Amino acid sequence: MNDTAIQVPQRGNITSVPPATPPDAPRQPLTKKELSADHPTWCPGCGDFAVLALYFKLVEKRKLWHEKIATVAGIGCSSRFPYFVQAHGAHFIHGRALPFASGISLSRPDLHVFVFGGDGDAYSIGGNHLTHTARKNIKMTYVVMDNWVYGLTKKQTSPTSPLGFKSKTDGSGAIDQPINPMKQLIAAGASFVARATHTNPNHLLQMMEAAMDHDGFSVIECLSECVEFYEGAFDASNPRKGGKFETVPASHDVTDEVAAYKLADAPFPGYFGVFYKSGRPTKNALEAKINADARLKVAGKKDWEILQATFDRLK
Amino acid sequence: MSESIVTPPVNGGTAKVSKISEAVIRFAGNSQDGIQAIGGFLARLAGRSEQEVMTFMTIPATISGGPSIFQVRIGSGEVLSAGDEADVLVAFYPHSYEEHIGALRKGGIVLYDSDHVQPNPEWEKQYRHVAVPITSRTVEAIGGTAKDKGKNIFTLGLVAKMFDLNVPKLERLISERFGGKDESVVRSAMSAFHAGYGYSLGEVLETFQFREPARKDRQQVVMTGNEALAYGLIAAGIRFGAAYPITPWSEVMEILRRELPKYGGTFVQCEDEIASACMAIGAGWAGRVAVTGSSGPGISLKGEAIGWAVMAEVPLVVCDIQRGGPATGLPTNVEQSDLNIACYGGHGDSPRVVIAPVGVEDCFYTAIEAVNIARKYSVPVIILSDQSIATRIEAMEEPKLEKLCQDLTPDLSAVADYTPYPLDGTVTPRLAAGTPILSGKYPISTGLEHDEGGHPSGAPKMHLQMTARRRRKLQTLAAQLPQPQVYGPPEGNILLLGWGSTQGPIREAVDRARAAGDSVSALNLRHLNPLPPGLENIFAGFNHVLVVEANDEGIYGYGQLAGILRARFCLPKIIGLNKTDGLTWRVGEILERVKSDVAAGLRRL
Repeated sequence: MNDTAIQVPQRGNITSVPPATPPDAPRQPLTKKELSADHPTWCPGCGDFAVLALYFKLVEKRKLWHEKIATVAGIGCSSRFPYFVQAHGAHFIHGRALPFASGISLSRPDLHVFVFGGDGDAYSIGGNHLTHTARKNIKMTYVVMDNWVYGLTKKQTSPTSPLGFKSKTDGSGAIDQPINPMKQLIAAGASFVARATHTNPNHLLQMMEAAMDHDGFSVIECLSECVEFYEGAFDASNPRKGGKFETVPASHDVTDEVAAYKLADAPFPGYFGVFYKSGRPTKNALEAKINADARLKVAGKKDWEILQATFDRLK
Repeated sequence: MSESIVTPPVNGGTAKVSKISEAVIRFAGNSQDGIQAIGGFLARLAGRSEQEVMTFMTIPATISGGPSIFQVRIGSGEVLSAGDEADVLVAFYPHSYEEHIGALRKGGIVLYDSDHVQPNPEWEKQYRHVAVPITSRTVEAIGGTAKDKGKNIFTLGLVAKMFDLNVPKLERLISERFGGKDESVVRSAMSAFHAGYGYSLGEVLETFQFREPARKDRQQVVMTGNEALAYGLIAAGIRFGAAYPITPWSEVMEILRRELPKYGGTFVQCEDEIASACMAIGAGWAGRVAVTGSSGPGISLKGEAIGWAVMAEVPLVVCDIQRGGPATGLPTNVEQSDLNIACYGGHGDSPRVVIAPVGVEDCFYTAIEAVNIARKYSVPVIILSDQSIATRIEAMEEPKLEKLCQDLTPDLSAVADYTPYPLDGTVTPRLAAGTPILSGKYPISTGLEHDEGGHPSGAPKMHLQMTARRRRKLQTLAAQLPQPQVYGPPEGNILLLGWGSTQGPIREAVDRARAAGDSVSALNLRHLNPLPPGLENIFAGFNHVLVVEANDEGIYGYGQLAGILRARFCLPKIIGLNKTDGLTWRVGEILERVKSDVAAGLRRL
């Protein structure tokens, strides 16, 4: 029976080489050049360029290494992101970037997991995963580039398109109540919820840093304009276009869920900054605790001996 | 205890001892009576006594209550199936008696609870009836309130007496089983057992003794197919999994959720089937092949993600514990109707590997094989088990765990460069995330058609070459698969061909047909996609190839595997033998169907 089992060497035909530098040696931060991969395919003027540039800046500033980051996305214009980053990356299926990233986060505590995507991915096809990744508080950073429209498929209504928005699927204007992403995220139990916009890079970088430092599921709802299919959507939030960029009031208590919910209720352009933050334990930590307790009972045993003990009880 | 083995004495008289080599006992009651527990005890006892054992159970799909049966076949020789006909029927209620008397062979023994069951005078002429006031005797033994709980153990005592089973071993099993509970629970169980054992059947029944089985090299372990699958995955080195509960898969995920932390692993119960497939693929992408599983409905939902794993070449193991379908179908019955979705249930051309274990023991080894194929070829591997293997208990030779257990901790040491999708035909395993690549060029895993480095490419030539690359991996694997062995002579009139759980009854059918002088052999396929080499030569040796499957004969008259084989070999002599009653194929049923086909002029015997 076991003769049919195919024996596989650990890494097949891949050969190891000595590392370029000893693991603990000081390394220079990665430059934009070292981090750039494919040339972005986004339309000129797209808000997503800002998010990409700030991601490079974040990696550089926080001295993260190529191999230590995992860049994951689903499907959509913004989800093309991983192709433009020189790191282990995955361009997954529509709406499922979060469970995919959860598999990485829960099995590889040594990696920083960043997920990028759009409003369709996050709030429509992947809505259920957003709720449950938030509820489970799986450690990763999620940047939702919300442009209020389906851009890749060329202008259909998105779950965040405002009422009355004319698209190819709502010729006379959208009639379905749009989702309020901030309310959705707070209600789902995301332990870090922030709002940003591509037109304020310094603030966005600040939010990205805070999100990365948060031990848990951190989400940034980032307005990112689609100049092709929804030009001017966010002008009211952009001072250069006569709009108003108002940060979360200093008096706001980020641990107050109800207060955060009220902030999220403000009409557009609303507030920018961290709405809600909770220090509740991550699933990563809770699973690690279960494992530590379980390992205590089998301390010193090899894996096959643990299984042998189970089999002995099946005799 | 089948016909050739023992002729029950007709005279009552004093207790007589008969030597038997096997017995099929069916317990029929309600699901809350704990009849599965009786079966479990008997199976485990047989395992400890080096006897072969195979069980068969049906559980109602309802939440609590409802009729339930458990059939156990214990033999001193090789046991291939759970047995067509029971030698003994233990009936707790009138419905158990009425619905299952037909499963008893003529002249068989029906042991009924005379507190509930009124024997039918007509049936009393055909079967030997033994009345035991099971309910009142159990109440007498352990007290008034717990009567429903103890009846099963009382009955175990009766059976132990009837078959002269090893009492000290059974006592040990009972105390192991109830050991974790209150002392009084063990005491009650022992009282019930001894009340049953002490109940005098001597006036009406002889005692049956199993012949000493041939000694086995290794010790036996006794478990269900789902247990064997779960432990096989652990032995294979799986340390991450994700799934959503569904019958009959849930037990596997429950075991993995409970056991994996001991090995430093994690199993996640997800919000849905889709998320669980994606999470397992994410973990596989990160460096270590992971598992997800379900039954038919869930497999449909995982389809898109499996397609991504094919495209991005990420290893994945998917378990499908088949049940009756489509839709919610028959959640607690068996069917082999997911073969098509397993092989072809993907959008686009998405070659994946499909392996079907043939029994409980094979579940363990198939898990290891699946993991290693997934790793070597960076491909999703679907394990097609089914409800009958999943829930039945068998004794198997204890695996050599020290030798078999694998450590799949990813190697994260640096590499000079890495091309994930080379076009030169090499099979490249996935490089774990976290591996430094000194060239500074990192691979992207993508569902878009891509070039060798993983960057999107819609060039016609690229799609052509990459589609061929994904297909060739399976062709390479196919060439390395072992040629399947024919059971019986390699040439003859009829070849009964099956896959998965039908192996036992098909082989037994061959034994019986050959004993009757018919020219019948059998072949059971484990590797279904790709098919193993050498089938042409095997088929050439037979006039007819009858594909025995538990699925529908389809619009054109052959089942799912028969369809694949006909497409592959263009042989009109490949004919389907199908059924969809939600039950396992019985030996007699196979033989009858072969004969009725002959009578209908479809083939000659």
